[in-house]
Amino acid sequence: MRHSLDTVLPGTSVRLVRIGGERGFRCRLMELGLLPGTSVRMVRRVDLGGVLELEVRGARLSVRHGEARELVVEPL
Amino acid sequence: MPVGDSRTAAAGRLARVAIAGNPNTGKTTVFNRLTGSRAKVGNYPGVTVDREVGTLALADGRKIEMIDVPGTYSLSARSREEQIAIQAICGLPPLDAPDAVLLVIDSTQLVRNLYLALQVIETEMPVLLALNMSDALEANGLVLDRAALERELGVPVVTVSGKTGEGFDELRAALARVLDQPNLGRPGARWRTEDPILQSDLNAVAKHVPASWHHGNESRARALAAWALLSIDERDELADASPELRAAVLSRRKLAAAAGREIDGEIIRGRYGWIDARAPSFVKERTNGKLSVTDRIDRVLLHPIIGFTLFLLAMGIVFQSLFTWAEPVMGAIDGIFATLEAGTLSALGHGWFGDLTARGLVRGIGVVFVFLPQILLLFFFLGLMEDTGYMARVAFMMDRLMKSIGLHGRAFVPMISGFACAVPAILATRTMERQRDRLLTMLVVPLMTCSARLPVYTLIIAALFATDTTVLGFLPVPGLMMVAMYVFSTVIALVAAAVLGRTLLRAENVPLILEMPPYRVPHWPSVLRMMWTKSQSFVTEAGKVIVVCSIAMWFFLRFPWSADDAQPFEIERTQIVATVADADQREDALAVVGRREEAARLEQSLAATVGRAIEPVLAPLGFDWKLGIGVMGAFVAREVFIGTMGAVYGIGSDADEESTALRDRMRAEKRPDGSPAYTPLVGLSVMVFFALACQCMSTLAAVKRETHTWRWPLFLFAYMTVLAYVASFVVYQGGRLLGAT
Repeated sequence: MRHSLDTVLPGTSVRLVRIGGERGFRCRLMELGLLPGTSVRMVRRVDLGGVLELEVRGARLSVRHGEARELVVEPL
Repeated sequence: MPVGDSRTAAAGRLARVAIAGNPNTGKTTVFNRLTGSRAKVGNYPGVTVDREVGTLALADGRKIEMIDVPGTYSLSARSREEQIAIQAICGLPPLDAPDAVLLVIDSTQLVRNLYLALQVIETEMPVLLALNMSDALEANGLVLDRAALERELGVPVVTVSGKTGEGFDELRAALARVLDQPNLGRPGARWRTEDPILQSDLNAVAKHVPASWHHGNESRARALAAWALLSIDERDELADASPELRAAVLSRRKLAAAAGREIDGEIIRGRYGWIDARAPSFVKERTNGKLSVTDRIDRVLLHPIIGFTLFLLAMGIVFQSLFTWAEPVMGAIDGIFATLEAGTLSALGHGWFGDLTARGLVRGIGVVFVFLPQILLLFFFLGLMEDTGYMARVAFMMDRLMKSIGLHGRAFVPMISGFACAVPAILATRTMERQRDRLLTMLVVPLMTCSARLPVYTLIIAALFATDTTVLGFLPVPGLMMVAMYVFSTVIALVAAAVLGRTLLRAENVPLILEMPPYRVPHWPSVLRMMWTKSQSFVTEAGKVIVVCSIAMWFFLRFPWSADDAQPFEIERTQIVATVADADQREDALAVVGRREEAARLEQSLAATVGRAIEPVLAPLGFDWKLGIGVMGAFVAREVFIGTMGAVYGIGSDADEESTALRDRMRAEKRPDGSPAYTPLVGLSVMVFFALACQCMSTLAAVKRETHTWRWPLFLFAYMTVLAYVASFVVYQGGRLLGAT
């Protein structure tokens, strides 16, 4: 059921369960609105740049594939 | 004393307003609209972050000082640069407190922007909000209720459009009201935790917040305690947090961790909870089921094949414009200054003063102005890419590649520009937010093969390598060598970035949390303004350094200047004028005398003395003292090497890389023992030296301008010179060991 954010298909919305990684990284993501419990939509993957684009609380932001692996999500 | 009370501070100085907001909110456009075009750029103390200050006049004629604060998503800080935001907004020492804070909000990303607003309101600073980009709401399917937002936040909220200029009269009026009655913008913290444990954390830390931070205001002390809890940890780089505060934060965090709590999450969730609960009252979405314009554009521009092709095309245009299209204008500027130089010489005479004015001062000013076409062009493209939102996509697509060598995705454009010229490329590092990313890019861009190195390579290859031979029957040697020099410099630049990024400029691996701004039609006045301010600051700031260097180089290459030395040449000239009747012949004869005089002067110059003195140091590279003069003279600009060598050999400093006379002279030049001075191996050593050495005063002046200190330009010069010396040494000595000549 639960899996990491980098496996989510474009266009799909999921709920964020947990953020791993260092404290600085977790704080930054949370302050940008990526809090556990928030719903996140995968907008697109740009494999060339190794980056994912997400939509959170009506705003867009991008994280790297490697970083997205630290984000555990579950289906809505 | 209430913080930021304009009446207490009014005596003797202008009221001060800090303008802050998230990155990409159009803060700069709002700042420019309010202050007009006369902002002064300074520097925040201790860090190399630009501090722009402008003045604005209110309707009643009062003047206000407006201070630009670097864009930030929150007040939390881990690095010293990030700390600037909270210090400038809240007036923490060493910075002065503003009398009010104007927060610029991107209306289309309201919820995320309000997080910062809540934090700032908590610190008891008088706040007002400017809802910018209101013109883009409809396209995004959003409707905002300004009055509801004002009611919930308890601070004045004004709708503006930086693009059209709407709402700015209202904004000025609101600013006046908040300055007159600070309490209008100081409603007290919007979100307060109900959790007694978190409350006790905040109170415990608040006791250790220095009095010079909170001025006896308890709510402010608690807000700064929350800031400290989110910012301070074992690995931060904050400079101004007291040891007591640090200890209090760490002990509270330890307690929380032992109880399985995460204070960061509790505070952040508290604020977002407050916003989420109220958001439906002031923002309404009208989704029409259609893809937004931005999404449709991104489908193409971020497409793996089409998008990448278009990206390469865009980069190709940028490069081509700097490399080729700027050329005619640069040539014209060169021509104008050559005429000015000749005019100055004939007006002031050939004495030392005339020569200094013409060849030191006028030529130095010419060097400065020749950069303008490339700077204007590059900033035109950068402004366009930033303003439309494409720059964020470039960083997006280049992230994997650039990150692998420790650079930011946005460093790609400066690196590409470096193939044309390092100077505009260094100025372009501004598009990166982190000081460390900018610095790293500045330190490696000068290694890219810029166009000023090409004439040097052309001369050496043509003079010392068999130009008519081919490899595999069809690949011409000169072309291959040129390609090899490009590959060599690029590889070294990438390796240097990787090494410097892991040693001297090692930084915490910051997660890429890029924002993808929606595409916008460029705001031409902003683009033009950026081109103008960049050029202007280059001419005035870097220009000064360049002109001073140019004059210093004149002394180096032309001193000691004795009138006695000039005498025999003067006599010769008088004789020629008296005896040679044919105008053309006379012109030629005078030119020959001029060249001989030039060579004689150079041979007695400081540069020659130094060149002879350091010949033992240069000998292991295969350089004699005459080459040493050429290398040192090239500090003015690399292509000056050719003219200097021309002067050294009496061929004239107007020799260019196509000069067959200079090529022949170099081939014929012998060492004291009779062996040729220039072998192909020496040529290779010279080229490697030029590829790696920082032979360019303008590059150093540009780095000085961007970092506001001499430390980094000096470091850049030192490391590149050492690198060049070692590499040339290895090439020359290695070549000799292998039996090459």
